[in-house]
Amino acid sequence: MTIVAVENLCKSYKSLTAVDDFSFAADKGEIVAIVGPDGAGKTSLFRTICGLIQFDAGDVTISGYDVSTRFDRIKPLLGYMPQTFSLYPDLSVEENLRFYAGLFGLTGSQFDHKKGPLYEFSGLGPFYDRRAGDLSGGMKQKLALSCALIHDPKVLILDEPTTGVDPLSRRQFWQILKQLQKQGATLIVSTPYMDEVALADRAIFMHQGKKLAEGPPDRLTERYRGKVYRVKVEPSTERVGQIMDIGNVDVRRFGAALHVYTSASTVDDRLIGQLAEIGIEPDRIEPIKAGLEDVFIQLMGN
Amino acid sequence: MVSHPVTIEGLTKKFGSFTAVDKISLEVNKGEIFGFLGANGAGKTTAIRMLCGLLLPTSGSGAVNGYDIYSENEKIKLSIGYMSQKFSLYGDLTGRENLKFYGAVYSLPDKELKERTEEVIDALELKSFIDRPAGSLPVGWRQRLALSAAILHRPAILFLDEPTGGVDPVFRRKFWEILYDLADQGTTLFVTTHYMDEAEFCRRISIMHRGRIIEIGSPQEVVARHHQRDLQETFITLISGRDADG
Repeated sequence: MTIVAVENLCKSYKSLTAVDDFSFAADKGEIVAIVGPDGAGKTSLFRTICGLIQFDAGDVTISGYDVSTRFDRIKPLLGYMPQTFSLYPDLSVEENLRFYAGLFGLTGSQFDHKKGPLYEFSGLGPFYDRRAGDLSGGMKQKLALSCALIHDPKVLILDEPTTGVDPLSRRQFWQILKQLQKQGATLIVSTPYMDEVALADRAIFMHQGKKLAEGPPDRLTERYRGKVYRVKVEPSTERVGQIMDIGNVDVRRFGAALHVYTSASTVDDRLIGQLAEIGIEPDRIEPIKAGLEDVFIQLMGN
Repeated sequence: MVSHPVTIEGLTKKFGSFTAVDKISLEVNKGEIFGFLGANGAGKTTAIRMLCGLLLPTSGSGAVNGYDIYSENEKIKLSIGYMSQKFSLYGDLTGRENLKFYGAVYSLPDKELKERTEEVIDALELKSFIDRPAGSLPVGWRQRLALSAAILHRPAILFLDEPTGGVDPVFRRKFWEILYDLADQGTTLFVTTHYMDEAEFCRRISIMHRGRIIEIGSPQEVVARHHQRDLQETFITLISGRDADG
């Protein structure tokens, strides 16, 4: 069942086109990850879905209600976590939650009923009286998420919720998202971390307001045209130059080794021979799987 | 030129009863890319501030570029480069004007400043946006500009505190190519990041938890030691095994 439907959306700011004839849909209980470089239009897209900005053309509906005309019906369904820290740093954890509860019209007893489960899954219970400004990065993000969840929204729009957060806190954050998904929520998340994209049901690559690619993350990695090799040699500038000189390859330094990217037209046996000619024996060369980031960069380059 | 631009022994910093950095010891080799990892709040920033001569330790010893971290911190400040995730440039000034400003901070003679400005514009490919106000640039470009300002005075060691936070994958890739070139020319790089794929670009890494260094070695060694699939899993296993305090 489609919950969020965006059709042929266009949004411009003066001469800048932020979202360019963009369409996508999210089903009930689905996590959709949106990935794109700075200025790809992700935040404009999210603000449009949340009814925060007017758009130029297209249709946006949530649970069948039109964002432009029936936002009163959409507001109770929707939770939005913007990219920038949206909490009051001088208020405590609980005061922030209470403030958001007030915004959504929860009564005192409704709030008391609601805060328990929120504390439980966020792990924020022991910190209920700590100032939000004194929380660690990961905990701030969990509090911001809890605030967005105060009215039990069915659709969650999360704009880079884990940027600047350490790997363990990011893992915990995604465990919460997965739990919400199990309870039937639909989540649309943007992130610069490809390991998070891999946890989504579907990924959409966005660039210059348009859709570059869309699909389940493990299917997207199959779109890489060419191959990737890990070459175990000293990753010096000189080595990079030597391999680049072979032509039709891209080289990237990767810790104590090099990654060599070939295009679809490369004959791999010949490449192995050419590498041997510059002193790189075949036993130092190992084919590896292209990652989501490799596919993304290749698609952006076209 | 010293062979170990960073040597610290038992370095400790206390704020009242709170121990932010707890007896850390470390040697970083010249020309090495060293990844200084840890969870939010583990004490990384406090440690870096001591290494940069901005904060005096409570106890322990150490030297950066051969200068003592207690008595020669002014010399340390002039001999290092520092760049953080936070935007450190003047938004109303153009890139070129920002570089001129940083040149003055480091007392570069006019002639040298001109030469170096052209060199960094070339090396970091800044030409297309160097004359635009820094505040108007996308994050990835700003970070490249901030890096150029940090290396203008040819520091022997560069401290990078989450330099790629909020930067998209294409820019991150470009940024790391530049870092590898710098390391290749002998600059030592001391980097913090929350991207574990970037941590794998480092020659050696350390993982900090609650003020202590709990693991150190090449990314491959560290992963193998804990029998994990990759650095991300190793990091999560190591930290979550020690506490569950979000």
